[in-house]
Amino acid sequence: MTALRYVYALCFPLGAPLQEQMKGIGGAPTEELEHHGLVAVVSDVPEEDFAETPLKAHLEDLDWLAATARAHQHVIDVLTGVTTPLPLRLATVFRDDSGVRSMIEDREDDFRHALERLEGRVEWGVKVYMDDRQTDTAEDNITATKATSGRDYLRQRHTRTMAHDELWGKAEEFARRLHTTLSSHAEDARLHTPQSATLSRAAGRNVLNAAYLVARGRSEEFVELVDRTGDDSPGIRVELTGPWAAYSFTGLTEGET
Amino acid sequence: MTTPTRLPSPYEGPNSGASLADILERVLDKGVVIAGDIRINLLDIELLTIKLRLIIASVDKAKEMGIDWWEDDPALSSRARRQELSRENAELRARLERLEATREEEELERAHSDVRSAPKVERGRGEAKLERARGEDRSEGVRGGAEPERARGREKRERARGGKEPP
Repeated sequence: MTALRYVYALCFPLGAPLQEQMKGIGGAPTEELEHHGLVAVVSDVPEEDFAETPLKAHLEDLDWLAATARAHQHVIDVLTGVTTPLPLRLATVFRDDSGVRSMIEDREDDFRHALERLEGRVEWGVKVYMDDRQTDTAEDNITATKATSGRDYLRQRHTRTMAHDELWGKAEEFARRLHTTLSSHAEDARLHTPQSATLSRAAGRNVLNAAYLVARGRSEEFVELVDRTGDDSPGIRVELTGPWAAYSFTGLTEGET
Repeated sequence: MTTPTRLPSPYEGPNSGASLADILERVLDKGVVIAGDIRINLLDIELLTIKLRLIIASVDKAKEMGIDWWEDDPALSSRARRQELSRENAELRARLERLEATREEEELERAHSDVRSAPKVERGRGEAKLERARGEDRSEGVRGGAEPERARGREKRERARGGKEPP
């Protein structure tokens, strides 16, 4: 079996060795490949899975994709605990170490700038959901009194639409205010496309999906701020995820070579 | 409601609670793009995330559907694309039929209630006059007759405004 080199992230050399051996994709131990003062965190992956043709097929297999994505994220998570990694997109694969080294040489200035900019910062994900079920319940109560005419039907439908619109407007306003508040407590912010409920399986409709770049030392304050703002609005739910590596703030997503 | 406070601390595995959607969103969509030795068309990945967003309800659902769902995906197969077109055609035709049926029903309904309520107003007024003359209070009958007119007018206005809340 020939092995390829899978790169998870780039970072500055770690001050101290990791307390425990990190396991990457397929349980393979990760290694730190240092070159020009930068470290690529890599592990071996089998060619029969990660060569072009099998990889393409695998990416369409949700089970494989989920397991690989989680293994990738696990490595990034552990790194985030000890340093500030520059996370790479899933499935960045080289034939051998020399390929990894020349990649570092090609873009070392970009990497260094990004790492310096992000040093000591983490990303927090904040999502706001509007709880559709509230208006749905109201809907059930109304349909219990069955429309006796087209006019009644239209009137009932109008009442439902109004209840829904009102909650929607409230949720949007809430999300706007929350985003303004959180942005003022973060160094940078990104608005992402709201997640579809069918993919995330989360209850309710996602009205805000944002990421905030926050200094590690100010994260406690940020988390408390999110906790405080989320509580007193019926029908609206705030969800916090993180700390993530600064995925949304690398500034290098367009820099494909 | 927010999830319990989690703070950055080493070796905690802080994102163990993150959903697959959160993880995929980041590892596929965000992060640094570097062209490795293994060239996968990044469009494939982007396409995949779009498909995930649109099609896949959950990993469990995907298993139920069988892992071969992409074979029926119009973006990946021309056979599926043709099928998709004729399916879409049929679906649109069915929708049109349903819409037309509903509209006819509503028109019929409106026509009926016009027939019912119009004379009722007259009768109501007439009766009220009569009743006042008799010294009986039956004004309820008047309201009952006039109300549908007002309500219908309001609904028409609301419809014209696209169902928005009246000021």
